[in-house]
Amino acid sequence: MSTIAGLTRATLAKDLRLEWRSKDAINSMLFFSLLVVVIFSFSFDPTAEESRRIAGGLVWVAFLFAAVVALNQTWAREVRNQVLDAYRVSPAPPNALFLAKVVGNFIFVSVLQALMTPLFIVFYNLRALGPVYQLPIVAALGTWALVVNGTFFAAMSLRTRSREIMLPLLLFPISIPALLAMVEATGAILTGEFSAKFWIVLLAAYDVVFTIASLFLFGFVLQAE
Amino acid sequence: MKRAFPILAVLTGVLLSYALYEALVGAPTEQTMGDVQRIFYYHVPSALTAFILFFINLFASLIYLVRRNNKADIVALVAAEVGVVFCTVNLVTGSIWARPVWGIWWTWDLRLTLTLVLWLIYVSYLVLRRFSSSGQTPLLAAVLSVFGALDVPLVYFSIWFFRTQHPQPVIGGGGSIDPRMLHVLLINWLAFSCFAALVCWSRYRLEVLQREVDETLALEALLEPRTSQPRTSRTGSDG
Repeated sequence: MSTIAGLTRATLAKDLRLEWRSKDAINSMLFFSLLVVVIFSFSFDPTAEESRRIAGGLVWVAFLFAAVVALNQTWAREVRNQVLDAYRVSPAPPNALFLAKVVGNFIFVSVLQALMTPLFIVFYNLRALGPVYQLPIVAALGTWALVVNGTFFAAMSLRTRSREIMLPLLLFPISIPALLAMVEATGAILTGEFSAKFWIVLLAAYDVVFTIASLFLFGFVLQAE
Repeated sequence: MKRAFPILAVLTGVLLSYALYEALVGAPTEQTMGDVQRIFYYHVPSALTAFILFFINLFASLIYLVRRNNKADIVALVAAEVGVVFCTVNLVTGSIWARPVWGIWWTWDLRLTLTLVLWLIYVSYLVLRRFSSSGQTPLLAAVLSVFGALDVPLVYFSIWFFRTQHPQPVIGGGGSIDPRMLHVLLINWLAFSCFAALVCWSRYRLEVLQREVDETLALEALLEPRTSQPRTSRTGSDG
């Protein structure tokens, strides 16, 4: 157990240091979601009342597309110098690598959300009418749902042709219940019309199911040859 | 085994034509919907057949993950392909039926949405199979199939709750069915299942042959690298 924790920490620290120095993923995600915000704002031009209703969808679509940008880069660095092959022949448990990548992506997307939320509030004149303390819970659970499957499918699409296109094609259909839950929960909190409890429970269940499934199956994907 | 194929083909042909006759002529006309309701005998059997094929796909994928059996992989591929076709038939006939009866082509009702999401998941499964390089395809596809199966209950609950919050016209749930109609439905389902089995069988044989051909070609390419290489380089300089 301690080896898994140690390896996870080492890989995570390496990824975070690389990202801190290059800022590749966070910059491309930030600019991308900024573009989405501006384009949506132009094309819908909503009033405050409307925007409260549609903001959940807008926010999560922007984050979903931005997350795909980061997820596509997750494994690219490991492939370039055959790091992944070295990892495969080493006795290190595959799940340590997977967990490190998931946590890394989770941190990147969370930072993105923290930076983008003020912009959303400004552009769409948002003011939540429901219990605001639930928003961070929804954000954390929703981000984990996107990132755990996204990291897994990014590893899968490494073994395919045109992998950048492959990732969203695999990720979006499976993520439909999670996306629905995030959008509905955010909408519920912003409008205050109904409770977000069910959606939060559903998101938690989704996270548990797919985290366990990914940990079980990641070994297969890493060793696939 | 091979001799059973034409027998099954003839049986399927007879069953399909009998089922068609029963659906169009034999079955009683529905009171409120009229003759439009007869699409029911295609709509429901195609859905049942598709769901059974998706179950077979999951089962074969699990066997592949445990045993690495190539036959299981071919079964999974074939079941997914034919299942997507039947699922498409179900969605299209449902839409055609909905237009005159409900006045709309589509509604985000529980069953419709669930079927659509299932269809999307299996299309992405087929896309993955098409795009991945040959050696790892079976394994990745089997993993995706397991993910898709885990997703189905979550989709179900999310849409169930989504719909109870935003009520929509309730769709002919409950109620009893005329025994004569049930009889026609079951005959149609039997005919559809035989047809699906027939298509799966021939697709299976095709896939086995295709893999043999690929293997032979790969072996040949390995055996004559010395003779073929100068030839290709010469044609390259000519061009």
